Amino acid sequence: MLRKLTPVLLLVVVVLALAVAPVAAQDAPTVRVQLKWVTQAQFAGFYAALNEGYYEEAGLNVEILPGGPDIGPQQVVASGGAEFGIDWIGSFLAAREGGANVVHVAQIYQRSGMREVTWADSGLTTVADLQGKVVGVWGFGNEIPLKAALVKNGIDPDNADDVTIFNQPFDMNAFLNREVDAAAAMTYNELAQVLEYVGEDGTFPVYTLEDLNVIDLNAEGTALLEDLIFANGDWLAENEEAATAFLAASFKGWIFCRDNSQTCVDYVLESGSTLGAGHQAWMMNEVNKLIWPSPAGIGIVDEALWAQSVEILTNYGIIKEAPTEGAYRVDLAQAAVDSISADVDVVGEDWEAIEVAITANGE
Amino acid sequence: MAETLSDNNPSLAAVVRVDNPPPDRSTLKTVLTMLVLVILIALVWEGAKSFARAQEYKLNLFGSEIDLSIFNNTKLPHLGDIARAFGEPAQRNGPPLYQTLINYSLFTFSEALLGFGIGSILGFLLAIIFAHSSLLQRGLLPYVVASQTIPILAIAPMVVIWMRNIGQSSLAVPVIAAYLTFFPVTIYTLRGLTSVPQTSLELMHSYAATRWQILWKLRIPNALPHIFTAFKISATASVVGAVIGELPSGIQNGLGIALLNFTQFYNQSPPRLWAAIVAAALLGIIFFVSMSLLERLVVRWQVKESD
Repeated sequence: MLRKLTPVLLLVVVVLALAVAPVAAQDAPTVRVQLKWVTQAQFAGFYAALNEGYYEEAGLNVEILPGGPDIGPQQVVASGGAEFGIDWIGSFLAAREGGANVVHVAQIYQRSGMREVTWADSGLTTVADLQGKVVGVWGFGNEIPLKAALVKNGIDPDNADDVTIFNQPFDMNAFLNREVDAAAAMTYNELAQVLEYVGEDGTFPVYTLEDLNVIDLNAEGTALLEDLIFANGDWLAENEEAATAFLAASFKGWIFCRDNSQTCVDYVLESGSTLGAGHQAWMMNEVNKLIWPSPAGIGIVDEALWAQSVEILTNYGIIKEAPTEGAYRVDLAQAAVDSISADVDVVGEDWEAIEVAITANGE
Repeated sequence: MAETLSDNNPSLAAVVRVDNPPPDRSTLKTVLTMLVLVILIALVWEGAKSFARAQEYKLNLFGSEIDLSIFNNTKLPHLGDIARAFGEPAQRNGPPLYQTLINYSLFTFSEALLGFGIGSILGFLLAIIFAHSSLLQRGLLPYVVASQTIPILAIAPMVVIWMRNIGQSSLAVPVIAAYLTFFPVTIYTLRGLTSVPQTSLELMHSYAATRWQILWKLRIPNALPHIFTAFKISATASVVGAVIGELPSGIQNGLGIALLNFTQFYNQSPPRLWAAIVAAALLGIIFFVSMSLLERLVVRWQVKESD
């Protein structure tokens, strides 16, 4: 009778063996950085620092953890799943107010890449023109810069008679199908998706920048700080030296990407084989525009923009009150900048953006 | 509890097993049927598209206008375009998409298989415990059921963080897959363990068989057909679990990231997302079919001996 059970027993053994096999310990101490989204040129500087050996030279074993939907970098960092995280200021400050011990240590993007785009033939060129229109925005706090801009222009975003807010998914189909009058777009991503669009019959290009009005929320004074580096506060208290070394190496990575953008694009493509090469090249160039020049040196936060972000976030209830003491510190980024400024240009005053050709479908 | 259950269910499982062994379908016939079905689906797919195109994506039906734009090339690409997408690289100078998708599918399958293994063992053990203790069954089964009503999307990010904190981040996805896998195994195995023929049970009792012997020699063999039904359900569920688990894990070389990137850049190349969907579906089907084959090997052999 027992023989009848042999297949079952075998199955159980095989399954058990499978279950136990990969449980191998990883013991080398690592500094982990949790990205805000999947591998793409938005984070190229970190990949460059890794591939160019800057982290290794600094004596660090750095692991880059790509993000994705349902990954909150603050949640990961606060829970000890990573030492550093990349996020935008809204979710960072909200997490801190919620009790997460996270500290802003460097501001990579000096300006915001968020835009509101409209079709040129619509004649909508300013935020004030959006009165009575259907306006696409993203959710999860990313709608705040546009909503603040609407309010500044006397339009109540919560009043359907003033404006119809459309909750935009993360593709540009609604805009391409003209279901919305305006759509939120990051310069480095969604804007390019419109330009890369290939028509049903294969025509390309269908749209160029001439066909679009691009409303810059930086100019409206309602932009929020975007890609920033924050650290786990408990870890930071005991590892300031390692943190400074990590920042210095990461800054060098970003400087490398400023001066060698195509190599950086290649590093990103190696790590994400479903990404379009043309789209990533565009993204790299646009991201460089958001970083360079960095007037006070890369990673040093513009205190006026910090204050602007805090004010807007407080007004819109993303945070209840101004962040507590120690929400951000500049000393580590400053030390990192000082440690490399003799060898590399940390400001990028003379840097000029290149022209990246738009490719069909971003390929 | 075990006894009362079997009282209420006279030898149903045994009847099913002995009198209705899996029909001996000829492979050729199966393949032919599948081919015909595929051709039918293709005809309906392309037919709907050309019909909608001829109507200029608008249909007037009883005075109301129906939008047929869901059949346009952006929303429902031509099957030929989807097939072509497999052969073209997803990245300039990169390998053709099918190669990338095969690599990603293998990775996702390894996670799904591990999750399937963990989930099956857990489900099997739970079923054995429940079959022998009505107290535990009454006490714990509601929680087992409740666990399946919690959306996997809600717990997946937490599982990722927990596993990372205990230094086993590579196990996060299998654990998420196991979460979807163990439930059918528990329920079906429990059913199989408890629905033994009363006469067989009486025979075992008359031989003064121990609980352990009854389990090993009667209940588990009786449960095998049920277990394999569960395995077939769990096989596909484990693939779904693995794909869902990959998203909050930030895994960059599985089907999850392919689906995510192709969704994000959907309007750049709709056929690619469909190609990734086909790959995910094929993976589930292959896993399912493997379980069916295993079932035929294990369960039919048992039926023959019973005859």
